[in-house]
Amino acid sequence: MEILRIENLSKSFYLHYPGLEIRSCHDVSMTLNKGEFIGIVGASGAGKSTILKCINRSYLPSQGELWYDSEALGKVNLSTATEREILYLRRFEIGYVSQFLNVMPRTTAKEHVMSALIDMDCTTKQAEADAKEMLSYFKLPETLWDIYPVTFSGGERLRLNLAHAMVKKPRLLMLDEPTASLDNKTKILVRDILLELKGADTSMIGIFHDIEFMEDVCDKVFNISDGTLVS
Amino acid sequence: MLETPVLSVKDLVVRYGEACPKCAESLEKNRCSVCGCVWAANNLSLEVYPGEVLGIVGESGSGKTTLMRTLYFDIAPTAGSAVLHDYKDASQSIWEASTAEQRMIKNNIMGMVYQNPVMGLRMNYSAASNIAEKIIAAGSRNAAQMTARATELLEAVEILTSRMSEAPKNFSGGMQQRVQISKALANNPSLLLLDEVTTGLDLSVQAKVLDLIRKIKAQYGISILLVSHDLAVIRMLADRTIVMLDGKIVESGLTDQILEDPQHAYTQQLVHSLI
Ligand SMILES: Nc1ncnc2c1ncn2[C@@H]1O[C@H](COP(=O)(O)OP(=O)(O)OP(=O)(O)O)[C@@H](O)[C@H]1O
Ligand SMILES: Nc1ncnc2c1ncn2[C@@H]1O[C@H](COP(=O)(O)OP(=O)(O)O)[C@@H](O)[C@H]1O
Ligand SMILES: [Mg+2]
Ligand SMILES: [Mg+2]
Ligand SMILES: [Zn+2]
Repeated sequence: MEILRIENLSKSFYLHYPGLEIRSCHDVSMTLNKGEFIGIVGASGAGKSTILKCINRSYLPSQGELWYDSEALGKVNLSTATEREILYLRRFEIGYVSQFLNVMPRTTAKEHVMSALIDMDCTTKQAEADAKEMLSYFKLPETLWDIYPVTFSGGERLRLNLAHAMVKKPRLLMLDEPTASLDNKTKILVRDILLELKGADTSMIGIFHDIEFMEDVCDKVFNISDGTLVS
Repeated sequence: MLETPVLSVKDLVVRYGEACPKCAESLEKNRCSVCGCVWAANNLSLEVYPGEVLGIVGESGSGKTTLMRTLYFDIAPTAGSAVLHDYKDASQSIWEASTAEQRMIKNNIMGMVYQNPVMGLRMNYSAASNIAEKIIAAGSRNAAQMTARATELLEAVEILTSRMSEAPKNFSGGMQQRVQISKALANNPSLLLLDEVTTGLDLSVQAKVLDLIRKIKAQYGISILLVSHDLAVIRMLADRTIVMLDGKIVESGLTDQILEDPQHAYTQQLVHSLI
């Protein structure tokens, strides 16, 4: 059963100054089935992140349809859904791990993970328990839990991002180069978690540079070149 | 997904000065070059949903304060309607309600923090009586309860109890804004209007005010209209954002989309000048 069907997605940016059109991804179609894990590869600047950002509505798709099968809202075209619908889906169903740390200032690592659950109307007590469990699962040292993540290393930030996205067990999870700054041991950890999530029926789309890693976790691999799907 | 907005504004026009027949084709930005009248809000429509923060950004003079003050009945609109879901007659525009009804709405349903604290506070009365005034306006008469509530509200914004009886004119800008916020919260409003609450404050004080707004959002689930020049503030607090220019809304969207993929030339300029 499909959970996401991307139909002829294109995205270009029009920059009023200097009056220039930048074409990013072009006519991309793919289908993600429930419980499946799709990998996307391609050169830097090929348009990989653009695809995920369109699904997340951080970018407005220029053309195409993004049919997501929501638990609460039924079939939703993410490229035309209302802002409130997208906000709802981000809270409850769709997770997105970006290439960068995205935390609130003056929010500790633990609070950051908790916030994802509190957004879902979870009690503070429950949120704290789940957040701790997730942080220890990702082996983020306990000494870091109560400090502000701005000082974290690349790998620590990533693990925090992952904990934040995964703690709510999203139905659809998008990962933009989640293993980029990790050492081998942590990579294996992340791989195991991804495999476990997959078993638990989270459907995933991930962008990876590390082909070997991708072959371990992904069911299908798409290659994007110059914004277009090549294989 | 069917949701009822807390507030829905339709086709709001606020004009300063008398119009002339040539206005429509003679606007330079928001001002008519023939008669000199100013179309400070020129057909604004927007919706605020339960528990959300709606950010408003825009050029200086684009009509942000005008919008907020019209919603708070300080300025009479030239045309348009605004429906407040929590007002007893949700089908009537609040701008058509009687003066007494409008006062009731101000006292019970809305809270406002002005860009300029002088407009929101009685500078020569104590911080506590500024808040008491709002509580009395909302109908309470019990002195002991009132003091308790004022104390609770000022504590929530971290104004020391020992300074409650001092007048805001002796306070720093950040403290004045925090007193305004606690005053605005005094009647448990369902809609909070915040106009540049952090502008001109030094960073550490700004941080305090921002944390406070975040706390209000998380704990009370109040809907907030938040005007700010500072895109970092908008990024941090707003779920959705509208962009204003010359009295009009030129674009609106999810806050991250507005910041990462702005469509309008003005928004692109605004966002790109940030980076
Ligand atoms: N009482 C008034 N009489 C005439 N013009 C006015 C009056 N108040 C505001 N204006 C004009 O209306 C327009 C909108 O003003 P407003 O204060 O709403 O702007 P703003 O978006 O809040 O700007 P800022 O970012 O500088 O606070 C401006 O052109 C302003 O000069
Ligand atoms: N917000 C944006 N505004 C303008 N151009 C963008 C934006 N985001 C991405 N692009 C352009 O789109 C193309 C694809 O970018 P991206 O999807 O980030 O590539 P990658 O495959 O490396 O993830 C690049 O040419 C990039 O410069
Ligand atoms: Mg990328
Ligand atoms: Mg203003
Ligand atoms: Zn005129």
